[in-house]
Amino acid sequence: MMIQGYQRSDGRKGIRNVVAVAYLVECAHHVAREITYPHRDGAHVIGFPGCFPNVYAQKMMERLCTHPNVGAVLLVSLGCESFNRYQLEQVVAASGRPVKTLVIQKSGGTRSAIAAGQDWVAQTIADLADAPRVDMALSDLIIGTVCGGSDGTSGITGNPATGRAFDKLVEAGAACIFEETGELIGCEEIMAARAATPELADELRAAVYKAEAYYDTLGFGSFAAGNADGGLSTIEEKSMGAYAKSGSSTISGLIKPGDIPPKGGLYLMDVVPDGPVRFGFPNISDNAEIVEMMASGAHMTIFVTGRGSVVGSAIAPVIKIAANPEMYENLHEDMDINAGRILLGQASLDEIGAEIFELVARVAAGEQTKSESLGHTEFILTYKSFEPIGPACLPV
Amino acid sequence: MRNDSRLLILHPDDNIAVICQPIKAGEVYQLDGATLTMPATIGLGHKIARRAIAMDEPILKYGVPIGLATAPIAPGAHVHIHNMRSGYTPTVSLEAARAAHEGGK
Repeated sequence: MMIQGYQRSDGRKGIRNVVAVAYLVECAHHVAREITYPHRDGAHVIGFPGCFPNVYAQKMMERLCTHPNVGAVLLVSLGCESFNRYQLEQVVAASGRPVKTLVIQKSGGTRSAIAAGQDWVAQTIADLADAPRVDMALSDLIIGTVCGGSDGTSGITGNPATGRAFDKLVEAGAACIFEETGELIGCEEIMAARAATPELADELRAAVYKAEAYYDTLGFGSFAAGNADGGLSTIEEKSMGAYAKSGSSTISGLIKPGDIPPKGGLYLMDVVPDGPVRFGFPNISDNAEIVEMMASGAHMTIFVTGRGSVVGSAIAPVIKIAANPEMYENLHEDMDINAGRILLGQASLDEIGAEIFELVARVAAGEQTKSESLGHTEFILTYKSFEPIGPACLPV
Repeated sequence: MRNDSRLLILHPDDNIAVICQPIKAGEVYQLDGATLTMPATIGLGHKIARRAIAMDEPILKYGVPIGLATAPIAPGAHVHIHNMRSGYTPTVSLEAARAAHEGGK
């Protein structure tokens, strides 16, 4: 399979060439959304709702606006928010991408701002249409995985099948990211045993202990009512199922949101904030996790669901894996792969793993996922706070 | 006798089996040499006990503890939040709210 990507100035390559329309405070969200409406295939809304400054949010927006799948950026500012739009515009301009900042308070109002933004987006999409393409290999890819709406079937079908696909991708030189340390509680020792070095093993364990303490303070685990409806009884049961997505490769490193894997291999993303509990739950919904993996460069996300999620994402395609045949029947128009066939004896874990691997390659080559073709571009970014990763976290 | 193919035993040490294809209430099935009757229609992905489990005994799935029994559990019984708990954080469920809602209709 020949993948034709988009070369970026930092050496990375993209599999899409999207115009990101980024609101810098919730007050600019409506204008940003209206700007993209006539151009929904080529322009996606991302943004940060808060008016208070946040180092993490600034870094995330800088990473997302220079994501390899992004070809140009329109920043939509109300004008009085605390977000450092000057720095963000500089970072995007330095990457060689077309960028423009639209300040609503200086634009004559909602209607004028929307019109100016739509004009810029239309011209930019036309300009991007003849962007040069370059050959791209599987080893140029960063792939994330998430499970959402999990149930008792996720951990025996879709998650281990994704683990098989991850094994093949890592073998092909890709960087693969699994995450949600709050859903690895109970798995810390078996996971640490797969670390490339003893020092990394300590970091992996510490990340899960941190998650345990954090969720303990909050009083809830990373566990929704629907998980219990689907037969999952405890967070540690959910964890064991979620952990299966990581496959069996050696764990090469531990990253935090926005850290870009320096080479191929399997990485754990530590998504639980550092320091005292602030700003509430670490990831308030599945898209928060997808956004963080995109900020670390994920070109696409493999999303396993048992209860049945329909979400996609702005910027980077989402492949959805149905974990059981009943849900697949209900939501087949949203599901890319039916891993529920494993329960019926119609396919093995290896066969579904191979299907996922092949679909990843086709999506990288331009094939639309179900959520892409349905126009899903969910996005959410909230407040967090992180310390930098330690010296033992990355492969040398 | 072979175990019912609608049940999945993920690890030999496990004291639960996972329902991977529907078994209706009242249906008879084979598990670990015993002939058992399904007590209620239990959804895909849910767990039933392979053997008697004592109060406070770990529930083993994938060969590892996934929580503790909060009551004695009989072979073939549904193992879920009504008779087990996490060793870490409590489990959130809307079962009580749903029962109240449906009871009021």
